[in-house]
Amino acid sequence: MSSASGRFLPEMAKGILRENPTFVQVLGMCPALAVTNSVLNGIVMGAATTFVLVMSSLMISALRKLIPSQVRISTYVVVIATFVTVADFTLQAMLPAAHHEMAAFISLIVVNCVILGRAEAFASRNPVLLSIADALGMGLGFSLAMVLIGGIREVLGSGSFFGIPVFGPGFEPWVVMVLPPGGFLVLGVLLLALAKFAELRSRAEEQRSRAAGEEPR
Amino acid sequence: MSATLLTIFFSALLINNFTLSYFLGLCPFFGVSGRLQTAFRLGIANTFVLIITSFATWALNTYVLVHAPYLSLIAYILVIASTVQFVEMVIKKTLPALFRALGIYLPLITTNCAILGLALFQTSRGYGLIEGLVFAVASGLGLMLALVLMAGIREEAELSNVPRLLRGTAMSFLIAGILSLAFMGFAGLFGGS
Repeated sequence: MSSASGRFLPEMAKGILRENPTFVQVLGMCPALAVTNSVLNGIVMGAATTFVLVMSSLMISALRKLIPSQVRISTYVVVIATFVTVADFTLQAMLPAAHHEMAAFISLIVVNCVILGRAEAFASRNPVLLSIADALGMGLGFSLAMVLIGGIREVLGSGSFFGIPVFGPGFEPWVVMVLPPGGFLVLGVLLLALAKFAELRSRAEEQRSRAAGEEPR
Repeated sequence: MSATLLTIFFSALLINNFTLSYFLGLCPFFGVSGRLQTAFRLGIANTFVLIITSFATWALNTYVLVHAPYLSLIAYILVIASTVQFVEMVIKKTLPALFRALGIYLPLITTNCAILGLALFQTSRGYGLIEGLVFAVASGLGLMLALVLMAGIREEAELSNVPRLLRGTAMSFLIAGILSLAFMGFAGLFGGS
C-alpha cells in the first residue's frame, strides 16, 4: 500500500507534462479542437473529460479481474458511455447554455481516444489507486491543453478572456481563430513551439553532459 | 423534398465537412493520410460503416429508444462497435489485401468520432431514413475527400525540402488548417447554411 501511495504523485505528474495526451500523444483531437473557441468551453470540456476518465478508470481497474479479455473493449466502452451519459445530463442541468453550445461534443467524449487508451493501457492492469492517479494526471493534462488552446483562440478571435474584453474597442478580432481553421492552426503552432522547446532543451542537456564529462580532466 | 436532400448532401460533403469543420475523424485523418491509396481505401471503409450506422441509428431511434431515451449513447456505441466488428470479419475473409492495408485503422473506426457523430447529428437534426442515408453517404464522401486531399499534399510534401522542425504532426495540423480555411469558401453555396 505504501509503495502504491508513493507512486501516486509520479503517476499523476507524467500525464500533465511528459506524456500530455494532447501535445505529446496527440490523442483526443476531436473534442480538443471542436469546442475550444473560448476558455469557458475549454474548462467545461476538460472537466467533463477528467470526470469520465477518473470514474471509468476506477470502475475498470476495480473490475479488471472479472472482465473476460475477449469482450474487454466492448465492456470498457459501455462503462465509458455510462459515465458520459451521467456527465451529459449533469451539464444539461447545471450549465444549460454551455451544454447547448457543444451538445454533440459532450456525447462524443465516449470516443475520445484518450479514455479508451488509458483504460486499455493502464487501468486494465494496475490497482485502483494508481489508475485513479493516472486518470487524474491525464485528465489534468488534457484540461490544461483545452484551456491553453481555448485561451489563445478566444483572445485572438473574440478579443476577450472569459468573456471580458482585453484589448479595448480598437481591436479588430481575428474571426478566423474562433472558426474551425483556427483550431488546426493554433494547435499546429503550439506543437511547433513545443518541438522547438524540446530541441532547445535536449541541446542544453547535451552541452551540460559534455561539460560534466570534460570537468574531471 | 429533393431540394432538401440536395442541401443535406452538399452541406455534409462540402460546407460542413465532417473532418475540416467539425473535427470528426481526425485520428485516421492524421494517421493514415501518408499514402494516397490507403487513404482512399479507408475512405471507402468509413463510408460503408457510416451507411450501416445511419440505418441502425434510424432503427434504434424509431423502435427502441422511444421507450428509453437515456440509453441512446450506450445503444449507439454498441451497435456501431458490433457493426465494425462485422465489417472487419467480412473484409478479412473477402479482401485480405485490403485488410492488411487498413491494419489497425479498421478496428479503430469504432473510436472514430465521425461514426458516433453521425448518429448524434442525425438524431439531433431529426433526419428520417432517406435523409439519414443521404447524410451518411455525403459525410462518408466528405471524409474521403478530406483524407485524399490531405494524403496528396503529404505525398508531395515528402519530396520537398521542409524545415526539420516542421516535419510530422505540426505540419499536418497547419496543412489541415489551410485546407479547412479553403473549405470555408463553400459556405456561400445555397445562400449560406
